[in-house]
Amino acid sequence: MEETKMIKVYIMGKEHEVPEGLTIMKAIEYAGYKIVRGAGCRAGFCGACATVYRKANDYKLRVALACQTVAEDGMYLTEIPFVPANKAIYDIEKVTPKANIILQHYPEVARCVACNTCTKSCPQDLKVMDYIQAMKRGDIAKAAELSFDCVQCGLCAARCPAEIVHYHAAQLARRIYGKYIAKPSPNLEKRIKEIEEGKYDEEIKKLKQMPLEEMKKKYMEQQKNAEKERD
Amino acid sequence: MPRRSVIEMELIRGYPEYMRESIEMVAKTREARAKEVMRRLTLEEREEVLKGFHPDYKPDAKVEIKIGPSKGEKAPKEVERLLEAEPLIDESDVDLTKVDFDVDILIIGAGGAGTVAALWAYYSGVPKENILMCTKLRHGDSNTMMAQGGIQSADRPEDSPAIHYLDVLGGGHFTNNPDLVEKLVMEAPRIIKWHESLGVMYDKDANNNFIEISGGGTSRFRMHSAKDYTGMEIMRVLRDEFRNLGMKVLEFTSAVELLTGEDGEVTGAVLFNMETKQYYVVRAKAVILATGGFGRLHIMDFPTTNHYGATGDGLVLAYRAGARLVDMDSVQYHPTGAAYPEPIVGLLITEKVRGLGAQVINKIGKQFVFPLEPRDVEAASIIKECYSTENYVVTPTGLRGVWLDSPLIELLRGEGTVVKSLGAMHRMFARFGIDMSQDPILTFPTLHYQNGGVAINVNAETDVRGLFACGEVAGGIHGKNRLMGNSLLDVNVFGKIAGISAAKYVKHKHSKGKLTLNHLKKYRKELKEAGIKSELKSPMLLPDYRGKAVLSRKLDIVV
Repeated sequence: MEETKMIKVYIMGKEHEVPEGLTIMKAIEYAGYKIVRGAGCRAGFCGACATVYRKANDYKLRVALACQTVAEDGMYLTEIPFVPANKAIYDIEKVTPKANIILQHYPEVARCVACNTCTKSCPQDLKVMDYIQAMKRGDIAKAAELSFDCVQCGLCAARCPAEIVHYHAAQLARRIYGKYIAKPSPNLEKRIKEIEEGKYDEEIKKLKQMPLEEMKKKYMEQQKNAEKERD
Repeated sequence: MPRRSVIEMELIRGYPEYMRESIEMVAKTREARAKEVMRRLTLEEREEVLKGFHPDYKPDAKVEIKIGPSKGEKAPKEVERLLEAEPLIDESDVDLTKVDFDVDILIIGAGGAGTVAALWAYYSGVPKENILMCTKLRHGDSNTMMAQGGIQSADRPEDSPAIHYLDVLGGGHFTNNPDLVEKLVMEAPRIIKWHESLGVMYDKDANNNFIEISGGGTSRFRMHSAKDYTGMEIMRVLRDEFRNLGMKVLEFTSAVELLTGEDGEVTGAVLFNMETKQYYVVRAKAVILATGGFGRLHIMDFPTTNHYGATGDGLVLAYRAGARLVDMDSVQYHPTGAAYPEPIVGLLITEKVRGLGAQVINKIGKQFVFPLEPRDVEAASIIKECYSTENYVVTPTGLRGVWLDSPLIELLRGEGTVVKSLGAMHRMFARFGIDMSQDPILTFPTLHYQNGGVAINVNAETDVRGLFACGEVAGGIHGKNRLMGNSLLDVNVFGKIAGISAAKYVKHKHSKGKLTLNHLKKYRKELKEAGIKSELKSPMLLPDYRGKAVLSRKLDIVV
């Protein structure tokens, strides 16, 4: 077996040798830090490991999720433990999908100078500035769609010169879309009514009392007659 | 294949040249395979592949639990060790006469189940000041957040709760608690409606109905999704609602022991602030355990899809307080964990990839299993292909895997489907130079879910009075194997039931119980009688991934 090649990383400025190929998160752990704050899902979904880093011989500060990015030789890095951003408090039953609703709760959205720093600082590569612009136009559906993959790490808000809290404003946009703009499913409404009228009670009761062998047979029959993809 | 540095190896669109040869074979057979449907296995064939290749059936996988209410039953050895370990604290460490938080309901765990329970306890009339939630990480850092594929609910005219019921029972090898399954399937449509009322954005068609696909072992299209961020979308909406209501959560604060009263009922818990290292005494009329599962115990040395805090703490806490465990002998390995590239090994590749049409393909471009068998059967079949044939692919670091033919989705459902419906997956691989809409991805089973857990009844009550459990920590719902899309459903249904039941319970309970650690005395006595002397302490709280070189030079100096 070949010997593992080691690289140097600078965790909060301190030099450490770690094997190459590790994610930033695993490199931090290899170096001896037991993470309490700074690791959540470890798979790119929770936004707990927002990281600011700089590559060797470069002046530019870059951002990433520590769990989804491989550490490089000469990297200077730190995780961001918390972003103390403001979240508007609202009653979802009382907000309405009118065009200026986001601006009402997050007036600072209007201060966007279209510098695109938010988009450049998004580790999910979302078009953050575009959804802020959509909010300014009152296009809630567009804002909801463009922000959908947001993991709420807070890096956009941390770097925005206009002090906008993009990720919280986007949460409001999506909830308004989900609750008011998307229409209720007729199938779902019908099924809930049926359940409440007790339509399935007898059938389930029968299944619960069915002898095991008979139930197994019925199950395999059901599997065999599984729905096929429609053409 | 010798171990080689991946970084030094020249990669072609993310893959080394030797893997490209197999990828070409997969591409070559794609068009013909698009129409090829593999036969589903019979119940007997399922049994055979499970016995031969599922990790649960390895002779050294499970051991008997030696003490406590489930004594004599089998559990993974990694779990059994923790159930028989020394408590983290004893009576002399804590002053139980000084109460830091005096509430009606304490909820331990702040993922999907905990947050749902908190909201429904509040809806049921418990004032928010009397509900306290705590979590070892941040609010929402949980397996719920990471659930990608979807949530089951039988709401299409072609489907029914009864069909859903039978799918769940068959998937669980008919070992599930039927009453819990009934609750699960009957409550499902109402959960989806509740989500929509809160503003969860589910994928819908032109008629406003849900876009639903199938999952392993489901006989109808029943999977509701929000792209492949379904859990994240649900979790962030629930969390936002919790915050809007001004409810209280203690983050980076884990429960280290439950407290019990004179009759053995649960009366609160000792919490530990992991940042300041201080403890808090919580007195509560009811405690809801929503601590999630045990993926981070790395059962059988498998990598895991689970979040950082999934160390089975709830099992330990409940067991010491006298709660029975069920189905602990079965562990879920998700059929498709990432096997390449190395930095994401073990992370989840959602079943939705197969739900959308991707087939499981071996090294020579052939299918060897129906892609949507129940998870345990699918996983065992992949292990079989990798360890009893020559038709597996080896990664540069020596791992074995088979292909998931994701480009087939584009062929079946049109160009752009992968990016549109599997944004998270596409992004994860793109970060390493792989375009999964063009090239297949390499997979191998990964530790995914704790099928069993703390026994509950239809009111989410455990065997111990005052203690409720919901979500992955609870057992019986899925029997010996859970189907896709039933865990997001489970955390919502049983979180809701736990919140409502606990609210009812505290309404009728006027006095709060004594705060003691008497159950630890009993527990220690049992350990002694069984001749067990463990070096280990539990609950684990967090796994330790620090480098060995550092740990070998560690000093315990307090600074």
